[in-house]
Amino acid sequence: MVLARPEVGTRPGEGGRAARGGLVRGALLLVPAAFFALFFAYPVAAIVGRGLAADGVWRFDRLGEVLSRPDILDVLWFTTWQALASTALTLLVALPGAYVFARFEFPGKQLLRAVVTVPFVLPTVVVGTAFLALLGRGGLLDGLWGVRLDTTVWAILLAHVFFNYAVVVRTVGGLWAQLDPRQEEAARVLGASRFGAWRRVTLPALAPAVAAAALMVFLFTYTSFGVVVILGGPGYRTLEAEIYRQTAQLLDLPTAAVLTLVQFAAVAGILAVHAWTVRRREATLRLVDPARTAHRPRGAGQWALLGGVLASVALLLLLPLGVLVARSLDESGGLGYYRALQSAEAGGGTFLVPPLEAVANSLQYALAATAIAVVVGGLAAAALTRRAGRLVRGFDALLMLPLGVSAVTVGFGFLIALDEPPLDLRSAWILVPLAQALVGVPFVVRTMLPVLRAVDVRLREAAAVLGASPLRAWREVDLPMVRRALLIAAGFAFAVSLGEFGATVFIARADRPTLPVAVARLLGRPGALNYGQAMALSTILMVVCAVALLLLERVRRADRTGEF
Amino acid sequence: MSTTKKITVGAVAAALGVTTLTACGDDSGGGSGGAKPKTVTLVSHDSFNASGAVLKEFTKQTGYTVKVLKSGDAGEAVNKAVLTKGAPQGDVFFGVDNTLLSRALDNDLFEPYEAKGLDRVREPFQLDKGKHRVTPVDFGDICVNYDKKYFADKKLAPPQTFEDLAKPAYRDLLVVENPERSSPGLGFLLGTAAAYGDTGWQDYWKRLKANGVKVVDSWEIAYNQEFSGSSGGKKAKADRPLVVSYASSPPAEVLYGEPQPKTAPTGVSTGTCFRQIEFAGLLKGAKNPDGGKALLDFLIGKTFQEDMPLNMFVHPVAKDARLPELFTQHGVVIDKPQTMAPEKIAENRDQWIQSWSSLVLK
Repeated sequence: MVLARPEVGTRPGEGGRAARGGLVRGALLLVPAAFFALFFAYPVAAIVGRGLAADGVWRFDRLGEVLSRPDILDVLWFTTWQALASTALTLLVALPGAYVFARFEFPGKQLLRAVVTVPFVLPTVVVGTAFLALLGRGGLLDGLWGVRLDTTVWAILLAHVFFNYAVVVRTVGGLWAQLDPRQEEAARVLGASRFGAWRRVTLPALAPAVAAAALMVFLFTYTSFGVVVILGGPGYRTLEAEIYRQTAQLLDLPTAAVLTLVQFAAVAGILAVHAWTVRRREATLRLVDPARTAHRPRGAGQWALLGGVLASVALLLLLPLGVLVARSLDESGGLGYYRALQSAEAGGGTFLVPPLEAVANSLQYALAATAIAVVVGGLAAAALTRRAGRLVRGFDALLMLPLGVSAVTVGFGFLIALDEPPLDLRSAWILVPLAQALVGVPFVVRTMLPVLRAVDVRLREAAAVLGASPLRAWREVDLPMVRRALLIAAGFAFAVSLGEFGATVFIARADRPTLPVAVARLLGRPGALNYGQAMALSTILMVVCAVALLLLERVRRADRTGEF
Repeated sequence: MSTTKKITVGAVAAALGVTTLTACGDDSGGGSGGAKPKTVTLVSHDSFNASGAVLKEFTKQTGYTVKVLKSGDAGEAVNKAVLTKGAPQGDVFFGVDNTLLSRALDNDLFEPYEAKGLDRVREPFQLDKGKHRVTPVDFGDICVNYDKKYFADKKLAPPQTFEDLAKPAYRDLLVVENPERSSPGLGFLLGTAAAYGDTGWQDYWKRLKANGVKVVDSWEIAYNQEFSGSSGGKKAKADRPLVVSYASSPPAEVLYGEPQPKTAPTGVSTGTCFRQIEFAGLLKGAKNPDGGKALLDFLIGKTFQEDMPLNMFVHPVAKDARLPELFTQHGVVIDKPQTMAPEKIAENRDQWIQSWSSLVLK
């Protein structure tokens, strides 16, 4: 089956409906815009304003002041080069993986695809600990070759590969699987060498996706916090870690505000380039059903490639996850720590409720967050589908901003902005899912948008000609085609919410800790029982995420589903 | 038409779903319409803990239910309280210690209130005496902990003083936390500053550095990953037998041991301690000041004071509170800890951390 691509261009008779289209778009954008303004722009502006405006006078001279400090310049330099290095290393390791997952058929592929995505949605506080166990003292590397990488930049780089592997595999691999291999074959028939054919046919088609994936990895590593703090040790500090230190520890709001603006500018730049590459990718490709492009590896070379990729996945991704599981078992290899999770007293009163209840809390929060993210992101995606002007396309990038803005900025912003009735939400339960949804919305938009855009406009028009209202046309034409994408978007938002830590930790209430918060709390106390319980809870979180992602794999089969 | 209807019904159902979810987690904090609020909100740091039974006891005595809001680590929690001054997140703040007390007092966070039973609180802890903006609740000592087995195996006496730590016999054995990011790390730095004086501490740290001190960012990493005496460290095959932790960590190793050991696997170098005192105060702008006052009374009451040690691993400040057996058996009493006035800490903290950082980390 060849999936039809929409042809971009004005068709006669469409101009008359432009005004109404604009109106519909405006209405659709209302909810996402309000959500974004209220729960992101306003709090962030409030905290930045508190830092930069002294007695009502804006002090932009502080920008120059802070940015000329040598320690701040060190931070900026480190942030940039480690992100570049992490991105390069991730591409190097993950691109062969993207190819293998796209083009080869092998047993356990679906399971493995889900498992390699688990790190992406796990909180760093959980994984950092497991990674430390691998790279640090007495870790596997230490035991085999006496090599220790903790508190080196290598630990940071490797952990970044671990976390972002899935971004490349899903973004690039997703597209690779749908490129028609016959085009390359045709080039070879016409006399091109194997490499020549790949370079002239596949590479250009793939380049925008590679660029998009690289930019997302760059964004995530540029704003890295947990990995740097846990694995890097003193001396390594990213912009995000520095914003946290200036805000939460030193209460130096002016410096934090300047750094937030710098990060804002960097992230906006990255997102602008990203939006541009995404548009290029959507322009001209002929896509086919991925089931038809994958085959069992043929020949020694392909088997070796598959073996190499599986080995790197095992070493870099499965091993740290395995360490987590191993440490969750008690001395006798039993499930004592898991049983201890059922009693509030076992945590030494760390919890007012049994730690296991954190699982239920997390699920509830994540469900609510998913509902919000799907509504907000879905409406935004629907609005952005129609032939959008520059302004509206900018909104697309705007919705991704929360991915790159420091959680501490948003969290502290909530504290000082949402503090008056009717918006005194600081102790309201709903604040946690709202904050999690901020992170979920970009994934919903990114998943839905390509699918919605792929719906043939002519179908919609045909429905309109037959007298259907825009809503009816959407329901009859678009909905059946995007139902699957909607499910996937929801699933991904769910998994991301489940693992969200940065914003949640600021607002989660003591009597209702989420899984990552509970893990962090257990790790903060001495004793084997607490450590073991932390690992047991982490393992539970990991399994829940893996199951959610595995279900997605089932839905995702044979469908074009955007980037994730 | 039927389509539109279905969608409306769906939307309403979704909205209701969200509202119901909200409702089940929400309980009204402040009272409306002049009714007496039933809830009193305690804002604290992540380490706050109390037995459920004790909190119920408070409800039984006063009619108020306690809602606990954990607000990050100690520094973060204080900073959040400063930022939300005037529109606080709760009624009582607990957990500002002597290293941060000045920041809280200079920002005028608290409404003065003399807690009932304050006369039972030992004198040296009453740092805001006469003004009663804050009430001392607990104290603890930040000390170097040692791995008993390591020193027994090596037939080496564990270090007892700051001076010992810089001796060649203890080379490459100590791991400390970065005072920029960790409160035990800061406490240890202040301890050395109190012991060696405003300028002398820098020379001391040069000697520590030459003696192979290792710095990590957080207590969690230092204690669970690097320290060979902790159960986490044993699993991680850690190789530093000395760590900056608390005087109460050995009893914790016993309580959370799996299985519980007969004696603590770790000991305390009693000459390396810095005293931390934690305070609570009634927040200005509290919605339920009466409940807050009752809660302050309760915090220094015998029930809560005796409940604290096993929950937060700190010592009670009330004279009449008895320590649990676990503490008397496996804990140590620190006779002469290093101390420092909050004003002096406030004056020097940032500058000292900065010089420490360029001295030790670079």
